[in-house]
Amino acid sequence: MWQRLFTLIRKEMQALLRSPQSRRLLIAPVLLQLLLFPFAATLEVKNSTLAVFNQDGGAASIELVQRLAATQAFPQVLMLHSQQEMQQVIDRQQALLAISLPQDLSRKLAAGQSVAAQAIIDGRRSNSAQIAYGYALQVIQQFAAERSHQLPPARLVVQNLYNPNLEYRWFVLPSLVAIITTIGCLMVTALSLAREREEGTFEQLLVSPLTPGYIMAGKALPGMLVALVQGCIIAAAAVWVYHVPFSGTVGLLIVSMLCYGLSLVGFGLLISALSSNQQQAFLGSFAFMSPAVILSGYMAPVENMPLPLRLVSAVDPLSHFIIIVKGIFLKGYGFAEAWPQLWPLLAIAASTLALAYLMFLRRSH
Amino acid sequence: MNPAMTASTDAIAIRLQAVSHTFAGRPALCELSADIRRGVITGLVGPDGAGKTTLMRLMAGLLKASAGSICVEGLDPVSAGDTLRLQLGYMPQKFGLYEDLTVLENLRLYADLRGVTGQARADSFERLLAFTDLARFTDRLAGKLSGGMKQKLGLACTLLGSPRILLLDEPCVGVDPISRRELWRMVSSLADGGMAVLWSTSYLDEAELCGEVLLMHEGRLQYSGSPQALMDSMQGRSMLLQDIVGNRRQVLQRALRSPAVIDGALQGHAVRLVLREAGVLPDLASLQAGPDASLQRVKPRLEDAFIDLLGGGPGGDSPLTEHMPPVRLPAGVDAEAVIVAEQLTRRFGDFVATDHVDFRIRRGEIFGLLGPNGAGKSTTFKMMCGLLPVSSGEARVMGLDLKKSASQARQQIGYMAQKFALYGNLSVAQNLGFFAGIYGLSGASQRAAVADMVRVFGLQPFLAMNAGELPLGFKQRLALSCALMHQPPLLFLDEPTSGVDPVSRREFWSHINGLVDKGVTVMVTTHFMDEAEYCDRIGLVYRGRMIAAGTPDALKTMVASAELPDPSMEDAFIALVERDDRQREAT
Repeated sequence: MWQRLFTLIRKEMQALLRSPQSRRLLIAPVLLQLLLFPFAATLEVKNSTLAVFNQDGGAASIELVQRLAATQAFPQVLMLHSQQEMQQVIDRQQALLAISLPQDLSRKLAAGQSVAAQAIIDGRRSNSAQIAYGYALQVIQQFAAERSHQLPPARLVVQNLYNPNLEYRWFVLPSLVAIITTIGCLMVTALSLAREREEGTFEQLLVSPLTPGYIMAGKALPGMLVALVQGCIIAAAAVWVYHVPFSGTVGLLIVSMLCYGLSLVGFGLLISALSSNQQQAFLGSFAFMSPAVILSGYMAPVENMPLPLRLVSAVDPLSHFIIIVKGIFLKGYGFAEAWPQLWPLLAIAASTLALAYLMFLRRSH
Repeated sequence: MNPAMTASTDAIAIRLQAVSHTFAGRPALCELSADIRRGVITGLVGPDGAGKTTLMRLMAGLLKASAGSICVEGLDPVSAGDTLRLQLGYMPQKFGLYEDLTVLENLRLYADLRGVTGQARADSFERLLAFTDLARFTDRLAGKLSGGMKQKLGLACTLLGSPRILLLDEPCVGVDPISRRELWRMVSSLADGGMAVLWSTSYLDEAELCGEVLLMHEGRLQYSGSPQALMDSMQGRSMLLQDIVGNRRQVLQRALRSPAVIDGALQGHAVRLVLREAGVLPDLASLQAGPDASLQRVKPRLEDAFIDLLGGGPGGDSPLTEHMPPVRLPAGVDAEAVIVAEQLTRRFGDFVATDHVDFRIRRGEIFGLLGPNGAGKSTTFKMMCGLLPVSSGEARVMGLDLKKSASQARQQIGYMAQKFALYGNLSVAQNLGFFAGIYGLSGASQRAAVADMVRVFGLQPFLAMNAGELPLGFKQRLALSCALMHQPPLLFLDEPTSGVDPVSRREFWSHINGLVDKGVTVMVTTHFMDEAEYCDRIGLVYRGRMIAAGTPDALKTMVASAELPDPSMEDAFIALVERDDRQREAT
């Protein structure tokens, strides 16, 4: 029993590790992404432009603008002169955030009244823009607090919990743990089974006493193993090379990686059950990967998506896993906090694996 | 210039001088010199991996030779490629037909590519469609054509623009004997019209028909000239041992031990032998072939000569015989019916691929399934080894129903696929370990089984090599050893020796004969007519039904007639298929 499963797993690992090419194929994307991703995929709001339409012109408003310009986040400030211009700079992506200060700002502040300022943010770059908005808000609130002569009874201090300085690497690297394991795991399951079909070794397995369950397990476990190893490498690099804080437990990280691996393997086997050669399997994996990453909340917050996409995102294993990994890294997640995301992963795994098994039976019979 | 000289060079379409080619340091062709003349079909003959395709690609200007010179119509095929493209038709093994286009659309596409337009196009379409007999099928998708028709369409596309030289790379692979004969007739008529034709093949019986042959083995030219002259040189050395009483396999084994014999094969109930020297016969008594046995001279075949050129066939003794324990049937299994098909049927939608087929195979018997492509022999075969579920009827092996106890039944089966399904990127040792493992051998018993196979098949020097890089003959040995690792009582072989050189094929069958003597039962599908001769019984499958079954000799007797008193296996095959067609039309 176990010995046959072990034979299958050993064969898969030998095939993966034997030739220098396949070894490189496993490790090169990990290294490359580790080196490039944190720099290229910048979600940080350094170097972005703030546009200000100052209708007031009083001393207070000028000081506020200067304070905004002094933050690291907005090295460039565009001064605007009309409401239309505000619209235009956002449309043309000249500014990430545009703030309009009302005519009576200085007067009302002097009188100790509350003031409403308008902010327009670029929803196309919603993750970055929201972070920028956060910065600007902080500055304005602090300014307001200082200006109001009588101290407010209680002051609201916005602090970004878990990532107080809004370091973008803290956000990117845990997500990268999730994204890269996806590639490795799909490659091992979807492509290798298609390859066996092409080379005829699949038939050789089918005439052996192995049952379809064994053959599937023989593909699933190596896939999970690869996902686990790749994920651990990136997690380790995140902690020791990029100094991302790790506030959860290693055990929980590994457990959730395995759950995620299982759900991926389900998709991988489903893709391979639907495709008859490596080319189709490759396209299938790609067709799964792109939406999985885009809808995962890595690029844009899931809450900002329309309902249909939010539903798709709910069955996207990546969206759940990203929340767990970020939680384990930054929020000190324990099992109880991770469970609301873990059970969907297991549910996805159960349904895709069951579906793949049925397809497998139908195709081999 | 000497007029005789020009005449002789004019007759030569392609001249090769000391051509060598290496791929990444590995020699593929070695110092090859030959002339290819107009007006005849020149056979480029040799097993897979002999260098046939490489040579054709060199002539077509698709590769540049590492050394030596090639002259096609007096020009260098690489530098004068543009000029030669219209004079040279090259049909690669898998001709690039577009399966989603119709026959006519494919022709139009290739006409556009070759610049055949206007009236010339209309004329050549008419001529080629009539020539290939495809005029009725112009609207059919190329993907829906049979193997033979696809090759005819490929040939038609190649002939657009009236080339003077035709290079055909294994045009008969996957084509049934009837279409094969038609294709041959077409190409012969082209050669008669003065075209230079190079026809590559791994079938030596096909090569016998060529006007000239280039016999290749492992990148070297073994012989060039007329096949008849080569066969004549074997005169008096080919013998048939007839009227054998007793086990003909053991008679063959004993004959091959005799120093007077260099090669031997089964042929129906008789044994065919090739002598080392004409007139020096083996001692009949020592063959123990029975009191009536007699040796008679027969016409030599090209295969006899080829094996002679390669230094003789392998011995008849398989080390497997000592290794494999005799098969003992478990209680309750009928020795007369270890493999049974009863009203076996498989439907794919409306299409009935296998239609109520019955047979039962005895312990220690070799049963062959023979039939044209798409006739249902693979479907039947796959159902018997559990690769396809049965629509209705029953398939049983060793008393086990493949529907109910598939896993147990499969443990009884050794299976060797057509293309030697091995893990090409794993080493030989890893492959052996893997196949031992999935059949449940572990630890010491696994090591012992692997070591035995390595010893029996001489795999020691290759253990660390990737299975994909093995020479074809060794790949076959490895595939067989993987299939036999768990000492199965039943062996399923799917076209086991297609493309393998005749010496390796002999060796393969000596192993199979050894296994059969131990009581292993073998079921085999084949295209090769001489492979069919090794079978004890043959089932001829056509249009999903078994139209004839019996010993090879019995099938031949069925079609023997006044004009054809001694039909070959291929004659029998064709006659029986045509007879069935006629009966079907009559009803």
